[in-house]
Amino acid sequence: MSLVRPYGDTLDDGAVQLSFTLPIPWSETADEAARQLTAKMGFTGAAVAEGRAIARNFSFFVVYARTPAAVDVSAIQAPPAASETLTMEQVDELIARRVGRTITVVGACIGTDAHTVGIDAILNMKGYKGDYGLERYRGFEVFNLGSQIAVEDLVRFAIEHGADAILASQVVTQKGSDIANFTALAELLEAENARDRVLLLAGGPRVTNLLAAELGYDAGFGRGTLPSEVASFIARRLAERAAV
Amino acid sequence: MRFVTATERFGGGTAASDPENASRTMRLRLDEEAVARARRLAGAIAGPTERFIARHSTVSVERAVLRLCGIDGVDADGVPLPNRIVDGLPRRELGAARALGAALAETGRTPRQVAEAVAAGEPLPDPARTPEAALRAALAPHAAAGLARIDANRRARETLLARLPLGEPPLLYVIVASGNIYEDRTAAVAAAEAGAQIVAVIRSTAQSLIDYVPYGATTEGFGGTYATQENFRIMRAALDEASERLGRYVMLTNYASGLCMPEIAATAALERLDMLLNDSMYGILFRDINMQRTFVDQHFSRQLNARSGIVINTGEDNYLTTADAVQQAPAVLASQFVNEAFARGAGLPAAQTGLGDAYEIDPDLEDGFLLQVAQAQLARQIFPDAPLKYMPPTKHMTGDIFKGHLIDAMFNLTSVLTRQTIHLCGMMTEAIHTPFLADRALALENARYVMNTARHLADEIEIVPGGKIERRAHEVLAGAVRILEQVAERGLMASIEGGTFADVRRPRDGGRGYDGVFAKDEGYWNPFAEALAAEAVPA
Repeated sequence: MSLVRPYGDTLDDGAVQLSFTLPIPWSETADEAARQLTAKMGFTGAAVAEGRAIARNFSFFVVYARTPAAVDVSAIQAPPAASETLTMEQVDELIARRVGRTITVVGACIGTDAHTVGIDAILNMKGYKGDYGLERYRGFEVFNLGSQIAVEDLVRFAIEHGADAILASQVVTQKGSDIANFTALAELLEAENARDRVLLLAGGPRVTNLLAAELGYDAGFGRGTLPSEVASFIARRLAERAAV
Repeated sequence: MRFVTATERFGGGTAASDPENASRTMRLRLDEEAVARARRLAGAIAGPTERFIARHSTVSVERAVLRLCGIDGVDADGVPLPNRIVDGLPRRELGAARALGAALAETGRTPRQVAEAVAAGEPLPDPARTPEAALRAALAPHAAAGLARIDANRRARETLLARLPLGEPPLLYVIVASGNIYEDRTAAVAAAEAGAQIVAVIRSTAQSLIDYVPYGATTEGFGGTYATQENFRIMRAALDEASERLGRYVMLTNYASGLCMPEIAATAALERLDMLLNDSMYGILFRDINMQRTFVDQHFSRQLNARSGIVINTGEDNYLTTADAVQQAPAVLASQFVNEAFARGAGLPAAQTGLGDAYEIDPDLEDGFLLQVAQAQLARQIFPDAPLKYMPPTKHMTGDIFKGHLIDAMFNLTSVLTRQTIHLCGMMTEAIHTPFLADRALALENARYVMNTARHLADEIEIVPGGKIERRAHEVLAGAVRILEQVAERGLMASIEGGTFADVRRPRDGGRGYDGVFAKDEGYWNPFAEALAAEAVPA
């Protein structure tokens, strides 16, 4: 089966559930507006299961509908499967054996973002969910610059300290600020002729590997990432580079 | 001056402090001696820091003094006038009030005219050349007018609350954070209509680290909206209008944290905000703001909050969001004791000290709910008169909004069961985006359903003596006492340098804003600190 549709309770029924808000007071007319709007989205059989006022001038709807659309799964190029995560000991051993020196990692929460929870989870010794942070590894020397670091300062610091990897974290995504900051960092590294010398990693709850690749990063790590996953990636890549 | 208690202010609620109710209420049997010891230790911890505070001031304290004297606005480059004056003080160790008083006495101008002259490049006169009596007399009416406005706002709030009662706690609190104050206003009014009793305008993430308060209405911000006096006024007016229409007062909250704590406290007092996030250590640990700066700033801001009737919300949730919540529980309790001690030291009564906690234990942990109840009930009994601030799950929320809504429901149950006062509603879309308008409405509906259906559950159940919940409470209390013992022995500043709190080390003279801290000269004068200290409240 390569052509697939959403599955409600029968193959190919195309059933979806939607919820949205309209900026109008609730009335039966509002329910009908929600139904017609759903039809205009290309759905069929739209049924407004729930419509009600959530404020004087706003109405909320739960709508069930069917989509005629389908997607050919066989035509999708699968993202590269994540390679197996190494343990801290394995990472340290790989670094000692194949890289032969400590790896310098510089991390920061860039731009105006002050939410260091992600970068701290990856870098701080304590780590995340019982998985130690990179500071605890023998193979890494870690500089966590913290919150609200201008990309200029991050690049300058990374060059001065001969960073092997830069970890840029973005938690706030409002108005595309994360994309703008990630892009500014990649561009500045290019401008400084330093891009090829470092592994550039993006992290944050809304980051995906695909997004990171589109932005010119070597990898992206999203919500729930464990420090050992990041450590494994960095160690493997640098081991590959050392072998060349 | 008489302070309303939490029960009066919030129209019910803190049954734990009411002996009539106590026997009917779910209770932990606590080691009262351990509680008393923790409180004594917290007092001993705060004491030396308070003596340090008394000898120092900061640029933000001085700018707050100027704002309270009626100085506002910006120069041609957009630099706030209070910053221009404080940066141009001939001798800042004497305080801005003395310089302003001298300028008023020498020139016969108003404070606003003095500020404009400074902005135009005119230097301030050396205050040493003006007779003491003359400069005090020149400033007195302006300082009195500032205090009068604060007092009038406090009375206005009390009058409104008498006519438009808030409703029963836990008080449902939601956040708006669009970056644009006009969108925030729409969202805030809609949230009030959907049942919100408190609305907070979260700040732009950059603001905690900028050393001035931006000016005017703002429409651009990241992760939130700038706190400015004009934005406060716009939001207060909109919520006042909604309060009248809904027949219940809707409270407004902002953030007196970061480098401008005292100035935000001053502007919030001038615009009748009702609550402010204000923690004695949060900025040091989580924003790398210099510890001396933070301690001095939090003291003056809390003195102002005390006078203006503003309830503070402390930030203990941050210990839990950055580390394991089960392990950090004693740190939360220890921090609550320290925040309480500093609040008391600044004259802030218990009824205005909203100590923080959060529901952040891993939802996969068996009996995690029992641990949450233990911690929340522990805080309720140890701080019976404090309007406790309970923060929702964030760390373990995922893109699975359905599970998120369930976790929020369990958080809501814990809150009503343990009689929390200020309840920040969890959003099922916490991990995804700043809340949509409907997310807030659904979160409020969740909270109202759970709290209504389980309203008096705590009156009907007893905690098993020596059971899991009680044992956990004892363990957390004992852990908090151990932390406080260590900190008391080592000293608070040395403990922060050593990484006792949140595993973060902050040097005494490091961090942001250290250059804005200065030792007061013998001739230092701050008429507001004098007026506010004079009315310190007994514990």
